[in-house]
Formats: sequence, structure tokens, C-alpha cells
Amino acid sequence: MLSCREETELMSQALDRPLSFGERFQLSMHLLLCKGCRATKKHLVFLHTATRTWREHHVPQSVPSQPNQGEIP
Amino acid sequence: MMPNELATAITTLRPRLLRFARLQLREDAAAEDAVQEALLAATLHADKFQGTAAAATWVFAILRNKIIDEFRRRSRLPLADVDIEQEQGLEETLEEQFDDHGHWAAPPAAWMNPEASLEQKRFWEVFDLCITALPVKPARAFAMRELMGMETEEICKELDISSSNCWVLLHRARLGLRDCLSRRWFGEN
Repeated sequence: MLSCREETELMSQALDRPLSFGERFQLSMHLLLCKGCRATKKHLVFLHTATRTWREHHVPQSVPSQPNQGEIP
Repeated sequence: MMPNELATAITTLRPRLLRFARLQLREDAAAEDAVQEALLAATLHADKFQGTAAAATWVFAILRNKIIDEFRRRSRLPLADVDIEQEQGLEETLEEQFDDHGHWAAPPAAWMNPEASLEQKRFWEVFDLCITALPVKPARAFAMRELMGMETEEICKELDISSSNCWVLLHRARLGLRDCLSRRWFGEN
């Protein structure tokens, strides 16, 4: 099992690249058991929403500004 | 588009362009320069635009490239002492969150109703402040990824770094922001 530090790295990477099946699986298992990592996941998802809101507010709609976004499992 | 129409469009657009550039370049003068150059390029092509929306899109695309050029130039310069200190500061803050086994030393607390913050003007001031407080390298990667929506591959190429280096920078930026927002907005401690 990975440490919480390593899990937060994976959660961050999930926003930037597709995780492998194995990575998704063990991250999901970890999240079931770890409250601190569940809170961190919510924080990261919120930050992501906040930056998207910022971008929508500043960048004209027609500029393609959001390519493939990952999702934390 | 007539030059006078373009002038009106520019007047409306300019503050938004400046805010966009300022948060990423973190220097008023550099942001002013980038915006000025992008607007100047637009005035030279005024006759090509069909309407304000097209002009805005075009100017933003130019500005985005100017910011990336500036990031690329800065990424080749050695870090200033103050930047190195800031980087060490973040490193220590993040280290303190974990124990020797990499488990939470003090598990982070949930934020109460964070979505409501997005409606509050003061939240965005703190958001700006927290991004500006990040060390320069994580901040640059974060700006490219999250504020400009670039793909990691593109970021690696522009900054001449590896993917894993890029992921490390983004991870640090995100945890740094989380820490800053927890302290300065969501009111832990």
C-alpha cells in the first residue's frame, strides 16, 4: 500500500494524465480507508473547479482553454 | 472591423487581459508589456476581425503566446535567492504534513461549503494572493496547466523539463494552494 504522500501525488497526477487500472484501483482502496486523503481529494477537486471558474471569467469563451481533464477516481 | 470599433473593444478588454497576465507573470510591468504588445498586434490586423468576439479571441491567443514566451525565457534564468528560499519554505510546509512513513501527521480537515466561496469577491482576492505566494517554478507550471489549460506534454516542451518533473511541480503547487486557502480563507487554525 502506498503512503498518503504518494497517494496525494497520484491524485494530483489524475488531473493531468490518465491513471492505469492498477493505480486507480489502489487509490480507490486507499480513499475508502483514509479520511485525510478523502479530504485532500475534495480540496483538489475544488481547486480544479476554482481555476476553471477563473479561466471562464477571464478568457473569451471561444478560446479552447480546457483540453482533456482527468478526474480523481 | 473599423478602427474605432476596435478601439472600443480594446478599452473593454484591457482590464481582463491585464488581470489574466498579471496573475501569471507576477510583475505589473511585464504584464503591461505583454498586454500592450498583444493589443498592438491586434490594431495592425483590425480589418480582419468580424466583430468584437473574434477580436477578443485573437488578442487572447496572442497574449497567451506572449506569456508562454516570457515563461520560457524566465525558465532559463537561474533562480534568485528569494525564490530558492520560497521553494524551501513550501517544501518544509509540505513535509510537516506527513510523518516519517509518509502518512498524515495531522490529517487535513474538510472545507465547509467551498462552492459558495466562488461567488464571493473576497475569495478571489485570497485566491490571487495564494497563487502569487507560490514559489516561482510550481506557480509557472500551475499557471500553464490550470490557468491556461495547457497539456502536460506542451508544458514540458516549453519549459524543457521531464513529465515527472512537471507532475512534481503541479503537485507541490496544488498542495501549496490547499495549505494557503486552508489558512487564509477556510479558517483552519
